[in-house]
Amino acid sequence: MEDGKRGRSMPMELLKYGLRRGHRPYRDIPATPDLRKRYDVVIIGGGGHGLAAAYYLSHYHGISDIAVLEKGYLAGGNTARNTTTIRSNYLTLPSIEFYREGLSLFETMSQELGFNVMFSQRGQLTLAHSDAAMRSFRLRAEMGKHAGIRAEVVDARTVQTLCPHVNMDFGGQHEVLGGLWHADGGTARHDAVAWGYAKRAAEKGVEIHQRTEVTGFGITGSRMTKLHTNRGTIAAGQILQAAGGMNGRIGEMAGIRLPIRNFPLQAMVTQPLKPFMDILLSSSNLHTYLVQSSRGEIVIGGGTDPYQLISTRSSLPQKEALATGALQLMPFLHNVKILRQWAGITDITPDFSPIMGASPLQNYWLDAGWGTWGFKATAVAGKRMAETIATGRVPDLLMPFALERFERFELLNEMGATAAGH
Amino acid sequence: MKIMTCPMNGPRNISEFQWLGPAHDAAEATDENLITRLFHTPNPMGVLREWWRHTPSSTVFIAERDLITDEILRTYLKGSDADKPQTNS
Repeated sequence: MEDGKRGRSMPMELLKYGLRRGHRPYRDIPATPDLRKRYDVVIIGGGGHGLAAAYYLSHYHGISDIAVLEKGYLAGGNTARNTTTIRSNYLTLPSIEFYREGLSLFETMSQELGFNVMFSQRGQLTLAHSDAAMRSFRLRAEMGKHAGIRAEVVDARTVQTLCPHVNMDFGGQHEVLGGLWHADGGTARHDAVAWGYAKRAAEKGVEIHQRTEVTGFGITGSRMTKLHTNRGTIAAGQILQAAGGMNGRIGEMAGIRLPIRNFPLQAMVTQPLKPFMDILLSSSNLHTYLVQSSRGEIVIGGGTDPYQLISTRSSLPQKEALATGALQLMPFLHNVKILRQWAGITDITPDFSPIMGASPLQNYWLDAGWGTWGFKATAVAGKRMAETIATGRVPDLLMPFALERFERFELLNEMGATAAGH
Repeated sequence: MKIMTCPMNGPRNISEFQWLGPAHDAAEATDENLITRLFHTPNPMGVLREWWRHTPSSTVFIAERDLITDEILRTYLKGSDADKPQTNS
């Protein structure tokens, strides 16, 4: 409904709309305009992160002379390919504080954007099938409590209460010993998140250029002066790199060496089933996680492919591994059909934490290294990178994620809290 | 089924192999390039030279694989006759 028509009954409005002739198509996102010669801010990457940054710049910092350059179609990369886990139960304090803010922004996102992102804060349960996993859960729960998030270790009986469908495998190879219960955890519709930010940013005059690929850069001294694209060359005051799986490559083109490797991440969904699972379920030992979407499909995700690759190809062994994990957790899924499967290209860092903030170039900012953990940070990364660009100062919240941390050996090791949990 | 050729056992299912990561030349290890060696692992949009292991026979060898197409171009044992840069491909 358009805002001005509130108060009338929705069924009548729908009936009138349905009977009316000559519908004008309504577009949330304007068509790609011609590329101008210069913008105050150019954002490389029209995924969730780039679009969120454009939104916060235009709505909170009065900067709307922005071009978002997207090589393919809007939010068609890892924004569309992730499995929409939103959580903050990480291991290190900087990570927990960062993702805690990210999660809280999801809680109010639909209202903020006037766009239903279908955020469902249903809680996330990670299972332990070994003593080692239980030990790491205790550490994560204590760190979480210290940082003020809801994370607690639960025993096997509580696991059964939280998720009665789990195969506990008592006495078996993968016996469920307990779990890490994260009541704050949730899920949201990834496309809607990107579209909501894009729509509201576009309303402020932000230009979204789809099918616009950056092909090279012009650098003068320590400033980036030119961006060459397949649609012409443009100049920019500030540039934000938020290119998802292509971050390593874009950085290379800008002369910035990033500690990034690419691995495919595969996922798949089953045919729709009646709603039965009202939590997000993960297993750190099996490298598998399950969530039932609002359509009833079981989304099955896992760890990345076992070797480096810069491709979105899928492979049967990895799909079999996902299915094996899913069937271990819920054997009754064995006759359920797979409807869709896909892969994304992740940009993995050595410590499984992102790289945000300054680059060696004065007017070039990094939002990279999002690996398998980027979707949950869409809002907070966009908001804080917008603040960075608008003020020229990296906020304290992002300082630990600086590119220089590798030079200083100040890594934020989140491998144990990320590799299978996303 | 994806096939990889083990230099000792011939063509086998890729599931029999373990990826051990990009090959480093020990002679290149210096204090100056420590950060590079630790964190800036090669990720070329092209051929990567990497360690693999055939798990049942524990044969560790080198493969040259294209990171875009996933095509395995060559496999050979370290120090064997095949283990030298090819001039024409």
